[in-house]
Amino acid sequence: MDYVVSLLGPMAQGAKTTLTLFFVTFALAVPLGLLLALARISHWRLLSQLVNGYIWLMRGTPLMLQMLFIYFALPFVPVVGVRLPDFPAAIVAFTLNYAAYFAEIFRAGIQSVDRGQYEGSKVLGMTYLQTLRRIVLPQMVQRVLPPMSNETITLVKDTSLIYVLALNDILRTARGIVQRDFTTTPFLVAAAFYLVMTLVLTWLFQHMEKRYAKYDQ
Amino acid sequence: MPSTTSNAAADARPVMIDARQVSKSFGATRVLDQVSLTLRKGEVVAVIGPSGSGKSTFLRCLIHLETIDQGSIHIEGEALATAVPDGPSRYARDADVRRICRKMGMVFQSFNLFPHMTVLQNIIEAPVTVQGVPRDAAIPKAEALLRKVGLLNKRDNYPARLSGGQKQRVAIARALAMEPDIMLFDEPTSALDPELTGEVLRTMRQLADEHMTMLVVTHEMGFAREAAHRVVFMDEGRIVEEASAEAFFRAPQQARARAFLGQML
Repeated sequence: MDYVVSLLGPMAQGAKTTLTLFFVTFALAVPLGLLLALARISHWRLLSQLVNGYIWLMRGTPLMLQMLFIYFALPFVPVVGVRLPDFPAAIVAFTLNYAAYFAEIFRAGIQSVDRGQYEGSKVLGMTYLQTLRRIVLPQMVQRVLPPMSNETITLVKDTSLIYVLALNDILRTARGIVQRDFTTTPFLVAAAFYLVMTLVLTWLFQHMEKRYAKYDQ
Repeated sequence: MPSTTSNAAADARPVMIDARQVSKSFGATRVLDQVSLTLRKGEVVAVIGPSGSGKSTFLRCLIHLETIDQGSIHIEGEALATAVPDGPSRYARDADVRRICRKMGMVFQSFNLFPHMTVLQNIIEAPVTVQGVPRDAAIPKAEALLRKVGLLNKRDNYPARLSGGQKQRVAIARALAMEPDIMLFDEPTSALDPELTGEVLRTMRQLADEHMTMLVVTHEMGFAREAAHRVVFMDEGRIVEEASAEAFFRAPQQARARAFLGQML
């Protein structure tokens, strides 16, 4: 037991990295995903096709590859080439990747809103933007909660991929201790950390679903 | 001749809707074929006809939910769409279209209430968002409208808790909150159980009694006969017969109108 307690300090350090990556990615990918979803359903064909291609690229290649590309290869790309430090490189890769997944969830949510809602808004004199902001997006939120809960939990676990950039998140910290102490106990502690995080998220999403359910009563 | 005098007096009322030679096609199907209709202030006109006759499409064209191919539409003297010889009708600028259409309120067959807002929020949404009315001023007005349609006690309910008839009465109150000069009704009772149509029709009659200008697409012959001043019978995208409600129901002139009434009554 004392051994487990002695692990908590270093593991908490790792958790800090994991949580920072998680929150920054979530905070950036949600608005970016929403913009991508709106571009995807736009009547401007070129924009819609471009975003479609972007989503294909981001969902069609491994996140780990994208992260390695941004960290190692991007500096050599002409014009856009920048050398990013390891953690910002991870943030950029995670945000670009997750925004693509979020975009598809949001698009499905927006398109599930009945056409009558647009017509009802239009005859009341509302503009397209007012209709989106006041009528469509609030209804979308309720519908995307279950798939967003899924994707967000996946994000928590995907953060462990940043070990390839030698960043010490929960899992890499645990692995380091395992190799040092010749015991697998740190893996169990790491699992407990992830379980607590996903438990909190699950609870949060369930709470939000319940709050939104009042419309249907 | 008293009847001529009353006609002349009727003609002096301002024209609210003036649609001329309106045509529209969906692909190869011509749904409106040179439809012309004039609606004067305070008039209640019922548009009847078999399904697919174009009556709902015509109503939707008037409030720009559909665009017309040919012809012109003027609302209270302002051009929503102008006829262009040998070409498609030219529409006003977007901002003007929105402003002109705001003179009209519309009630749908499927209510189209906002499910994520309470009854009260549904009613104040457009006045606050579109007209910039302060919430504090919009609420008492909305409550007065709810009292008028008999649903003040449902003020804080979400639409999902209401019956179809109650939803439609909220939808009417929501449209009235924008203070329209004209009300368009697109089969307002067609989605309702028969026992719920009465309460909606009563609300509409009440509006008619207050001299609201109304254009009502309906299958309710009783309402058309009693509340409408004029009846327009449409079939296959055309106005086949137009007459005072009394004359139309007493003796329709056209064979198709007679056949339709025979089925409905």
